[in-house]
Amino acid sequence: MDLFEYQARDLFAQYGVPVLRGAVATTPEEARAAAEAIGGRVVIKAQVKTGGRGKAGGVKLADDPAGAEAEARNILGMDIKGHTVHRVLIAQASDIAEEYYFSYLLDRSNRTFLAMASVEGGVEIEQVAVDNPQALARIPIDARTGVDEAKAREIVAAARFPEAVADQVVDVAQKLWTVFTGADATLVEVNPLVQDPAGTIIALDGKVTLDGNADFRHPEFADLDDASAVDPLEREAVAKGLNYVKLDGAVGIIGNGAGLVMSTLDVVAYAGEEYGGVKPANFLDIGGGASAQVMADGLGIILGDPGVKSVFVNVFGGITACDEVATGIVQALAMLGADATKPLVVRLDGNNVEEGRRILDEAAHHLVEQADTMDGAARRAAELASRA
Amino acid sequence: MAIFLTESSSVIVQGMTGSEGRKHTSRMLASGTRILGGVTPGKGGQQVDVDGTVVPVFNGVAEAVAETGADVAVIFVPPKFAKAAVLEAIEAGMGLAVVITEGIPVHDSTAFWAAAQGTSTRIIGPNCPGIISPGKSNAGIIPANITGAGRIGLVSKSGTLTYQMMYELRDIGFSTAVGIGGDPVVGTTHIDCLQAFQDDPETDAVVMIGEIGGDAEERAAEFISASMTKPVVGYVAGFTAPEGKTMGHAGAIVSGSSGTAQAKKEALEAAGVRVGRTPSEAAALMREIAG
Repeated sequence: MDLFEYQARDLFAQYGVPVLRGAVATTPEEARAAAEAIGGRVVIKAQVKTGGRGKAGGVKLADDPAGAEAEARNILGMDIKGHTVHRVLIAQASDIAEEYYFSYLLDRSNRTFLAMASVEGGVEIEQVAVDNPQALARIPIDARTGVDEAKAREIVAAARFPEAVADQVVDVAQKLWTVFTGADATLVEVNPLVQDPAGTIIALDGKVTLDGNADFRHPEFADLDDASAVDPLEREAVAKGLNYVKLDGAVGIIGNGAGLVMSTLDVVAYAGEEYGGVKPANFLDIGGGASAQVMADGLGIILGDPGVKSVFVNVFGGITACDEVATGIVQALAMLGADATKPLVVRLDGNNVEEGRRILDEAAHHLVEQADTMDGAARRAAELASRA
Repeated sequence: MAIFLTESSSVIVQGMTGSEGRKHTSRMLASGTRILGGVTPGKGGQQVDVDGTVVPVFNGVAEAVAETGADVAVIFVPPKFAKAAVLEAIEAGMGLAVVITEGIPVHDSTAFWAAAQGTSTRIIGPNCPGIISPGKSNAGIIPANITGAGRIGLVSKSGTLTYQMMYELRDIGFSTAVGIGGDPVVGTTHIDCLQAFQDDPETDAVVMIGEIGGDAEERAAEFISASMTKPVVGYVAGFTAPEGKTMGHAGAIVSGSSGTAQAKKEALEAAGVRVGRTPSEAAALMREIAG
């Protein structure tokens, strides 16, 4: 999960990383109150999980609370690259002498962590990495030893931070490492990390990605998820414990196993090329078990998507037995009754496949047809979707 | 021969007394795996009757190794306790630790991977279906009844695509199939398996299955081009995956323009690997070589 800037800022503050005074607001009136509490010049920043908000007009300065209210009124509700702005961060405005960059992230390729730092901050760091790679220091961090003062000094020296701020950055680097490990983050990025005219180092903007697998040890993060930013069907799927991603095509997909479901989407898209560009409508992995309830929940979500014209159920019975899956489909259709309105193409293979196919044949539900192969089923589902 | 897991492998199951551990212990035994014990802290001294085979339970891995001489640990421990379980397997000097558990925090898997460096322990997984050398041994949850022994090697990030590919090529059979797992950090990579298959006299050709996220497939392509003489057929899942969305597996995510299926396919093809558009097309390509 990616945090909003204000959530990252709060997290930084908890771990003693220097940040400016700020508060989040969801209405212009709240923005005004926040600006009054902070006092002086403030910056109003759109809270969206995408870059380029400054260019889009989502970051404005205001000299007083009335100005903050006016700017917040403009920014709230704005659309930035498909993200609607529901919140603004009101923060103390800072004069900036220098802008730097600092991050910790998971380095998948090397199976370790990486510190990245540069004295050329405030810009797209990907661009720095391309245009001037030697300006971006990349220091591997051993997961067992982490970032102590010596390691922090190594990073600061490698990035050539000015002598005058080195000690402060060393301190911030260690605190950011405690954020990274303490919050089970896969990314902690400060861009820009600034030096103000008085020579003080401040984390002005932050980006944090949390590892969802670590949720069990972070009950404090349970409230951070922004339900309003998520597709309603995805929200419903999460509530039912289903692994669902909404796409924009016409063939609803249900399968077992992440790899097989991803593959199913691709095979449907290939088959769809023959039928005027029919595409998959979603990713839905029902996992190992495929009880009637799970199947009914999955079908219910998929049929709730108005874009869906046909459904492809693709199951390889490895541990799951195909007869159980077939029974699940039959019972799910009974549970859904008149709510099930779209044709289903079912491809079963593997464990107990003969029995599974027999169960579906016997049930002879008018919406269900079977296919022998994954490719054949994909073609049929695409064809049905193209006709609807 | 086969790779990593052979008929002489002797296995203990960490988390054997849990429901998944017990179910799959039964399946592994039925497929001929030599299971010598289980490990569940606090349940040492118990004997578990698994379909007529009595399996002793130990409190710790070191004790289980001392008593049984096991060299492979299959781990079904829940995410919360998985790091400690893997570290215990490493400390006990297991040759192979197969981590089936899904949902382990990446800070934990990075820590236990780091701890395994310079030791005798190879980690497979986490979040994987395990490894099977058909007819010899089965460490994990891959169904043993899909196909038998043959001369194709298989390495895959995905469990169900492993099963699907074994099924497609069931008349030819496999030396070893390794499900390396779909997490961002895994103990055994495509390259590790490709190297082992290259060195395995019982393997003639290899199917490699990848998916979106990271650059493991691109690195494997470099390795194939530099170091492999045996033919490799590839398949990559996730061409239609949108940017920034995790597709089921924690590691399956396209970030910006990196980690795309297209880039992986192109890298593999540039290394001389024939890549199928669908699993059945990849199987057909392998059939031309090994059939």
